[in-house]
Amino acid sequence: MIRIDRVSEESQLINIGPSHPAMHGTIRIAVEVEGEKVLASDVEMGYLHRGFEKTAENKSYPKVIPYTDRLNYCSPLINNHGFALAVEDLLKVEVPERAEILRMITDEMSRITDHLINIGALASESGALTVMLYMMQAREELWKIFELLSGARMTTSYIRIGGVKADAPRGFRPLMERALLRTREVLKEVSRLLDNNPIFLKRTKGIGALTAQEALSYGFTGPLLRANGILYDVRRFSPYSLYPRVEFEIPLGENGDVYDRYRVRMEEMEQSARIIEQGLTLLEGAPPAEIGEETVTAREALEMTKRGDSIEPERISLPPGLKGMEEERHDGILAADHPMIAPSKAQVFNSIEGLVHQFVSVMEGYGIKPPLGEVYRAVEGGNGELGFYLVSDGSDRPYRLHLRAPAFHLMSGLSRMIEGGYLADVIPTFGSINMIGGEVDR
Amino acid sequence: MGVSSPFLTTKIDDLLGWARGYSLFVYPFVTACCGMEFIASACSHFDIDRFGVGLTRFSPRQSDLLMVVGTVSHKLAPVLKRVYLSMAEPKWVVAFGTCAVSGGIYHNYSSVQGIDHVIPVDVYIPGCPPRPETVLEGVMLLQKKIAQEPRDWRWKSSSRT
Amino acid sequence: MEEFVENLKSRFAEGILLYQEREMPVFVVTKGCYPLLVKALLEEKSFQVLLDITAVDYLRWPEPQPQRFELVCHLFSLDYNKRVRIKVPLNQGEEAPSLTSLYGNASWLEREVYDMFGIPFHDHPDLRRILLYDEFQGHPLLKDYPWKREQPLYEEIKDDPNR
Repeated sequence: MIRIDRVSEESQLINIGPSHPAMHGTIRIAVEVEGEKVLASDVEMGYLHRGFEKTAENKSYPKVIPYTDRLNYCSPLINNHGFALAVEDLLKVEVPERAEILRMITDEMSRITDHLINIGALASESGALTVMLYMMQAREELWKIFELLSGARMTTSYIRIGGVKADAPRGFRPLMERALLRTREVLKEVSRLLDNNPIFLKRTKGIGALTAQEALSYGFTGPLLRANGILYDVRRFSPYSLYPRVEFEIPLGENGDVYDRYRVRMEEMEQSARIIEQGLTLLEGAPPAEIGEETVTAREALEMTKRGDSIEPERISLPPGLKGMEEERHDGILAADHPMIAPSKAQVFNSIEGLVHQFVSVMEGYGIKPPLGEVYRAVEGGNGELGFYLVSDGSDRPYRLHLRAPAFHLMSGLSRMIEGGYLADVIPTFGSINMIGGEVDR
Repeated sequence: MGVSSPFLTTKIDDLLGWARGYSLFVYPFVTACCGMEFIASACSHFDIDRFGVGLTRFSPRQSDLLMVVGTVSHKLAPVLKRVYLSMAEPKWVVAFGTCAVSGGIYHNYSSVQGIDHVIPVDVYIPGCPPRPETVLEGVMLLQKKIAQEPRDWRWKSSSRT
Repeated sequence: MEEFVENLKSRFAEGILLYQEREMPVFVVTKGCYPLLVKALLEEKSFQVLLDITAVDYLRWPEPQPQRFELVCHLFSLDYNKRVRIKVPLNQGEEAPSLTSLYGNASWLEREVYDMFGIPFHDHPDLRRILLYDEFQGHPLLKDYPWKREQPLYEEIKDDPNR
C-alpha cells in the first residue's frame, strides 16, 4: 500500500512499478512529480519476501546454509561466512588456519563480483551499455574459480560451520593470479571510459547526496557511508578471520553523491585484489598435508578385499567430485575432533565408526546443537554491516535467526535522497544504492 | 484462385514458424538470483543473442516472450498475471529456474509453488540457478516448438487465455 | 566506558531489570525506561547508529517465560567502537514505544516488527505492513502461525492438457 502526503495540488503521481528495467530488484517507487521535479515519494518493497527467517526456525543449522547463499546473491559467500561465524561463536569452535585463509580469499572475490555487477548496472542504466559487457567478462573469470573450488558458479554453500568444504586444488595460485590480472585490465579500461566522461559526470555528480549526519541517522554503513567521508569498516573495527594480518586501505569519498560512491567501489575492488594476493602468499605459508602417493581406486579396493587383503581407509582415492576433501587435507579445512561436525569422507565411506559419526551429525534431533544463548555477529558485506542475530534454545534448530540487512537501511533513506531532484535522477540514485532484493526482503 | 494447394500453405506455415522463432523479443521479468545467470547468458561469453533472443523490450506490448526469472512471491503474482494479459498474441512463456518451475527450495507461506498456477507455461528450465548452457538449450527447445506451432492445429487453441 | 555503564545503572535503577555482560553490554529494561535510555546513549555517548530493532517470540521456549515477546534493539557508537543491546519484555497486545523521533530508519524497522509479529507501536507516524501485502491475515513469525499456510491472491488456472 502506497501512502503519499501530497505536497501540491497540481502534481501527478507516477508509478515506477515492480517490474521495471533497472536490473537491481523488484521494488515499487511511487513519485509525485510536478513537471520533472520530484516532490514526494514512497517506496514499497517486499515483492521478494521468501520467508528466510521462518524457514531457518524449521531447519537444522547445516541446512540453513544454502538459504543464506541466496540472500545477497551477488556476494553469496560473505553471507555464509557471517552465519558460520555466529554459530561458531556459540559453539566455541576454532577454525583451522588454512580454512581461514580460504574464507578470506573467497570473501574478497565475492566482494569484487558484487561491485562489478553494481557498477555495470549503474553504467548501463546511465546509457553506457558496453561497460556491463566488460564487467561480466571479469566476473566470468572469478566464477570459473568458484566452480573449481566448490562445484557451483554462484550459490556455492562453500563455507561450512567449522571450516570450508574442500581444499584448493593444485595449480590454484597461477589461475587466481590470471583472474586478477584480467580483472585489473577490465577495471583500468572502465576507469578510462567513465571517470572523466562528461555525460557520466553530468548524470552522477551532485545527485542523491545526503549529509554525513543524516547518513548516520539512517543507519547507513558500507560504501555509501564511506562516500560521505566517514570511516567505518567492520574489517578494521571488529576484525574477524585473518584481516589483522593483511594490509589494505579503506577509500573515502567527500560529498556522498553517486559519483563518489562509484569511485569508492572502484577503489575497493583494487584493495580486494591486493588482499587476495596477500592471502595467496599466506596460503603458501600454511601448506597442506601431502596426499599419500599410492592410492587405489574403489573398484580395485573391492577386488582386494574379495581376495582377502585388507586395506586402510586412507589409501582409497575418492571420486573426482570430492577432490579436495581427502583424509589428509581434512584437518586443514574443517575443525577436526568436534563431535558435532562431520568427519572426513574417507572415514565415512570406508569405516563403520566414520559412518556412525556422519549419521549422528546429520540426523534429526542430533548434530550441531549450540548451548543456550544468543549472539550478534557482524561481517563486512558488499553493502555494509551484515549482521546475524541468533538465539539458540539448545536444540538442533535456531530458535530465532534475524538478519541485519545493510540494504534495508539504505533503502529507508531513498525517499530523502530523491526529494527535490529530477525524475531522471531517480534511476542512478537507486542504482548506486545496490539494493539486492534477496537481502532487503529476506 | 481456386483450390489452395496444401504444399503452398505448409511452406508458408514453415516460413512463419521460422520467422517467429528466430526473432523473439523477450521481456525479462527478473526477480531474484536467477537474474545473475540470465545476465551471464545474455552477455558476451555465452551470448544468447546468437539465437535471436537478444533484444530485451521492457514493455509487454512490444514483446512476445515472457521470461519469468526467479522466485515469484504471492505479493508479486497479480503483477505477473497483469503483465501476461497485456501481451499480444502470439506469446510464449518460459519458466527460468526452479523457483519459477515449482517453488524451488522455498515451500512456505510466501512463495508461489510454480508459476504454472498463475499463467500457462511453454518451456521449463530447471536449475538453481541454471547454467547458461541449460538456458541456451531451453531456448532452442522453444524455437523447435514455435516452428511446429502454425502447422499443429491442436496448439491453436482457445484454451490459451 | 565502564563508568558510563555504572552511571546509567544508577540513574535508571528502577527501569533496568537486568544487566548482563555478553560479547556486548546487554540491558533488560521496562518499556517506560526504554526511550529514555536510548536517548541518553544517543546524546551523551554518541550512539548514533541504530543497527537493528527486532523481536523474539518466547512461546515455545524450553522454560515458560512470564512475558511472550521481547523487543531487541542494537545500537552502535562510532567514536567508542562499542555495541549495546537493549531488550524490552512485552506481553501480547501491549504497545511498544517508538524511536522514530531519534533515528531515521526506526520507522521502517518498527513497521517490519509490526508486520511479522503484530506488536503495535505507540506514536508511530505510519504503521502499515511493509514486507507482506495488506490482505494477509495474521503475522507470520509468531510461533503459532503454520509455516506452510499460503494465502494466494490469484485464481488458480484450470488444468488444461492442451497448454
